Amino acid sequence: MARAAVPRRLGGRLRWKPARLTDRRVESQVARTLVFEVPDWPGHLAGQHVDVRLTAEDGYSTQRSYSLASAADGEHVELTVQRVDDGEVSPYLTEDLAVGDVVELRGPVGGWFVWRPEQKEPILLVGGGSGLVPLMAMIRMRRAVGSRTPFRLVYSVRSPEHQLFVSELRLDDPGLDKTYLYSRSTPPQWPRPPGRFTASDLSSAGWPPDFEPTCYVCGSTGFVETAAGLLVALGHHPARIRTERFGPSQ
Amino acid sequence: MPIISRGFHGRERDARHKLPPGQYETAGFPVLSAGPTPRVDLDEWEFTIRTETGDRHIWNWAELMALPSQTPTVDLHCVTKWSKFDTEWQGVSLDVLFEDVETGAEYALVHSYGDYTTNLPLEDLLDGQAWIAYRFDGEELDPEHGGPARLLVPHLYFWKSAKWVRGIQLLDEDERGFWENVGYHNYGDPWREQRYQGD
Repeated sequence: MARAAVPRRLGGRLRWKPARLTDRRVESQVARTLVFEVPDWPGHLAGQHVDVRLTAEDGYSTQRSYSLASAADGEHVELTVQRVDDGEVSPYLTEDLAVGDVVELRGPVGGWFVWRPEQKEPILLVGGGSGLVPLMAMIRMRRAVGSRTPFRLVYSVRSPEHQLFVSELRLDDPGLDKTYLYSRSTPPQWPRPPGRFTASDLSSAGWPPDFEPTCYVCGSTGFVETAAGLLVALGHHPARIRTERFGPSQ
Repeated sequence: MPIISRGFHGRERDARHKLPPGQYETAGFPVLSAGPTPRVDLDEWEFTIRTETGDRHIWNWAELMALPSQTPTVDLHCVTKWSKFDTEWQGVSLDVLFEDVETGAEYALVHSYGDYTTNLPLEDLLDGQAWIAYRFDGEELDPEHGGPARLLVPHLYFWKSAKWVRGIQLLDEDERGFWENVGYHNYGDPWREQRYQGD
């Protein structure tokens, strides 16, 4: 059973900690999951992120934030990072960082875009591209704590090759409904032609607003603007829609 | 001592600009917000300063437009690590709006359409440090970036520059806003890297 403790030791969260890469997995053509061992990791909530700091030999150092992909599990922390071609940090993390290498990390951070197992209302997860990562942490946390809260996932992705967590999401997860929407190309014989997602996609795959679900929307700015706007137009109260924007800052 | 990341060199650095610690430069204009973008009708838009004694000073859109404006060029620093240099804005200095406001309060809680809030010391809003901005880069401010009007307080992390601003509540006692309540720093000075509570 995974540990799902709420972090309490503020000081410990804020200290930069060495994180050693212990494993890496291919998630898609452009995404890798990095498994780190972080001594004294205080645990985290699904949806929180960490700051990662890289330092070059000449002393130059830079930081980025990445969503935690894993449910809290002892001292193991997983980040799923999508390569941004002209990025400064993601190509290094996805291509160069090798098992045994150490980066610095601090966190967990964030208390808004999180799902807590005590929440009893239905949950709608709307992810675009690599915006699936914090939502996957919620799905994994739900499974880890044996929650029966009904979840619906609507995942919009460019093509099957860009899809994240394919085999894990193929597993049967009772109470989790999954809908995949492809914007450029679909798997063979897919019933829905490729295209941007619409109000009718969200209305058929989501929850009716009078069920008062909490909606978590994560993706690029354009994706989040569209999806959150459609949810409001469908009648979801803005206060129940939480958003997080993801990806390169262009 | 920071740990050296083997084989990491970083991007070529632009020496023209000085970045606060932990920041990187972007040419884009990233958007961050906690929920859907509110759409605020100019006919209904109002901005209110409410003092600690309950006095209200209210401007509608036409009244705001009639006030003298400034065109500050400022650097932006977001707690999510991006910095953007030399951004061009147009807006009304808070010094203008506070001209007739009598207050002994030390703290301000900023309120937005869409119910966002953020807090800061009142002195950080005065003396040419803050504006109600309604144009960016020569254009009307896009709703994604806080239009029709947002607070602009460039010397603090950008979450203090509340989008869709609707008012400022003056307080004798400090009261945390939205992000400050979920673990972010109460003040948010980018040069001292005050990102999270305890930094």
